[in-house]
Amino acid sequence: MPIVLDGDRIGRTLTRIAHEIFERSRGVEEIAFVGIQRRGVHLARRLAVLVGDIAKSEVPVGALDITLYRDDLMRHSIGAQPVVGQTNITFSIDDKRILLVDDVLYTGRTIRAALDALLEFGRPKSIQLVVLVDRGHRELPIKADYVGKNLPTSLSQSVQVRVMEVDGTDEVEIQE
Amino acid sequence: MKKDLLSIDDLSADEIYRVLETATAMREIGERPIKKVPTLRGKTVVNLFYEPSTRTRTSFEIAEKRLSADTLNIAVAASSVLKGETLADTAMNIEAMSPDMIVLRHSSSGAGHLLSRICRSRIINAGDGLHEHPTQALLDAFTIRQHKREIAGLKVAIIGDLMHSRVLRSNVLLLTKLGAHVFVSGPPTLVPRGIEQLGVTVAATIDEAVRDADVVMMLRIQQERMQGAYFPSLREYFNLFGMTEERVRRARRDVIIMHPGPMNRGVEIASEVADGPYSVILEQVANGVAVRMAVLYLLAGGVEHEAAA
Repeated sequence: MPIVLDGDRIGRTLTRIAHEIFERSRGVEEIAFVGIQRRGVHLARRLAVLVGDIAKSEVPVGALDITLYRDDLMRHSIGAQPVVGQTNITFSIDDKRILLVDDVLYTGRTIRAALDALLEFGRPKSIQLVVLVDRGHRELPIKADYVGKNLPTSLSQSVQVRVMEVDGTDEVEIQE
Repeated sequence: MKKDLLSIDDLSADEIYRVLETATAMREIGERPIKKVPTLRGKTVVNLFYEPSTRTRTSFEIAEKRLSADTLNIAVAASSVLKGETLADTAMNIEAMSPDMIVLRHSSSGAGHLLSRICRSRIINAGDGLHEHPTQALLDAFTIRQHKREIAGLKVAIIGDLMHSRVLRSNVLLLTKLGAHVFVSGPPTLVPRGIEQLGVTVAATIDEAVRDADVVMMLRIQQERMQGAYFPSLREYFNLFGMTEERVRRARRDVIIMHPGPMNRGVEIASEVADGPYSVILEQVANGVAVRMAVLYLLAGGVEHEAAA
């Protein structure tokens, strides 16, 4: 199956997004990254380091698990509940400019859940969305602010993002 | 997960770990400014309590509310049970109003199993007679894991009224399933015959049970369930089986002391121990909410293997 982004491309893509974020943010004092479990968290951590290096300062990172906010919970009478991951946001999000990070943007339902989950923690000045891959097929009116790669796909395909921290390799693959 | 949680035996070791991992995530919700998630929105949970309970009922209710379930409490004193209605009739009447889950506390062993047979709702056993109290054992395991990481290989001493304790039975089932070595000790009149068959060692004395223990779990003297004299006096009980600072010293230096509550200070446990540095008794209470949230969440899902069954 075709690898559409390899480790090198992913690295350069994240660097490019980091520069875009820095450029558009005019100062990084107010920004903070929140990654969506699981792979979004690792992408958020890398972006925070990259932006921090450019700006020569620390950028806070948090992890958000959206399982308990999903809109498809308990709609089926068979099968176990999805595994709940850790949410860990140790800083106040009030008046911050939050950059929400996920690996793949697809139906938009995960992002809807993430917005609901995140707003329980406070009232940020703004929330922007960063995704490594946008594969289309939105079911909700949601759009990313920073996109690593637009990847036109069919509904029968699936997009696998692998990151070093979880999968031992960095790559994006399309599976039929 | 099965449809109901009536006994620790309803859970495999993997499912126990699943509950404990989920509880770790649930704990964080209790530390947020807004301690609520929408997960069980629109679900109705009935807390049906036929025995007095402060801790367990409050704990379940907080857990249900943090998951956004609609909850209602039926306490026996205020219900038509006093007018002579049977448990089965009460259950069928509640069932007719289509709740999603029933949390049951009852003085008769097996009450949950009766409800399980006649109700479509998920049943959670919150203590049935002398039988079991599975969520207590799960929160105890969660608390042990916070301090000891792995349960396998630990020496756990459980001391006190072994006869009347549903907490004992659920804990023994869970701890032996996960590979702990369980030692029990109590007055001979309160050690049920054949308890070794559960895979525990009956220690001759409390000191033998406590020696080098990683965990010491004290059980309450349940005077309300005792018909007859099991020991001469509460003072003598304390002298022979009470957990004192001197006895704690025989355990490992990093021992944790647990008690399911409510405590009889000066009977099964000395105040200095209950309030001392080894005590994790209030942590158990705090963890109870997270563990019950995990159980409610996991039980609310589909029944596995239902199609195959």
